[in-house]
Amino acid sequence: MELIVENLSCARGGLPVLEGVSFRLKPGCALILRGPNGSGKTTLLRTIARLQPALKGKVTEAEDAIAYGAHADGLKATLSVAENLQFWAGIYGKGSLEVAVATFELGNLMDRPAQNLSAGQKRRLGLARLLVTGRPIWALDEPTVSLDGASVALFANAVRAHLGQGGSALIATHIDLGLDAEVLDLTPFRASSQAVSGAFDEAFL
Amino acid sequence: MIRLLMRDLKLAVRAGGGFGLGLAFFLIVTVLVPFGVGPGGALLARIAPGILWVGALLACLLSLDRIFQLDFEDGSLDLLATAPIPMEGVVAIKALAHWLTTGLPLTLAAPLFGIFLNLPGQGYLWIVVSLGLGTPALSMIGTFGAALSVGLKRGGLLLSLLVLPLYVPTLIFGTETARRGAEGLASSTPALMLAGITLGTLALLPFAAAAAIRINLR
Repeated sequence: MELIVENLSCARGGLPVLEGVSFRLKPGCALILRGPNGSGKTTLLRTIARLQPALKGKVTEAEDAIAYGAHADGLKATLSVAENLQFWAGIYGKGSLEVAVATFELGNLMDRPAQNLSAGQKRRLGLARLLVTGRPIWALDEPTVSLDGASVALFANAVRAHLGQGGSALIATHIDLGLDAEVLDLTPFRASSQAVSGAFDEAFL
Repeated sequence: MIRLLMRDLKLAVRAGGGFGLGLAFFLIVTVLVPFGVGPGGALLARIAPGILWVGALLACLLSLDRIFQLDFEDGSLDLLATAPIPMEGVVAIKALAHWLTTGLPLTLAAPLFGIFLNLPGQGYLWIVVSLGLGTPALSMIGTFGAALSVGLKRGGLLLSLLVLPLYVPTLIFGTETARRGAEGLASSTPALMLAGITLGTLALLPFAAAAAIRINLR
């Protein structure tokens, strides 16, 4: 269940942003990605989640191991909190709904349509989705945006519990979560070459 | 995958889901045409199968841009792409959900709306058969077009331009089936051609649409 990233280069919009990123993420460990805006944190996470191909290098992990959490929570506004969670639980077919609800204190919101939730409540629902996926490696992109202090603590506890069960987490964030984790600063990996090779998706439509 | 189908059907019938929009549009077209061409019963009876088919086709087109655009905007499409179901399956389910909420109601409503157009008695069966055979192809081709244009702002017009030429063969054989049926001629040849087009699109386009989505998500 180890995630191994070797000499990875990735691009966004046809422009290389990161070069030569290498790290290993062992079960039970967390890795915090840091770097200023535009340093390629999202691009790196999307590449690792296989939403986009790498320019160079490779990512090795067990099949279907990564749960990706993006800026957008993927919630349906007209479905209730319970329906949103049940949908993802059904898609993944493992992970416990009760644990997810309890961890992020969603119990008294279950029948509320997602469109009536506050931004922080939506985020908590989006994070609860990670628990119903039952996947060992979490790749999270700024998970604490719009969370208040208490909810950040809930999230940190959820990550600690996940690590305790042998999972691992790769988190891009700007704040201190109080986790016992290694930190990887992406600034030194900024791509130097601005040349674009095979910018196929630019020409597509 | 059943979950995805149930979710899409649920979303379609909830507020703002767009279910009924296509049906209402179909009704408006079939009501307006007799006002436009005048009350001549014979003329209406001749053009009825064609009007019903064009109306159903345009009604189908109305809801195409919702197939992937909403999922793209709220981030669900990224999450579905990393979920343990293949993108081809997601595309096929999306097309099925679109057909169940658009094509099937249009097919069932067509005989009722045929009354407004003075459709000949023997045409009712054939309009249902031809729409039943042809609308799955409309949904599948439309899903492919939606996959190509997902992520484009205001992609709706481009989507219509992409999809309409691909709809032409379905329209030709669909109206031919319904017209020959209404005039009491043998209509099995165009019906078989129509079924062939539908089966061909169902077999090939999920793969093409899934590839287009993967590229658009990059």
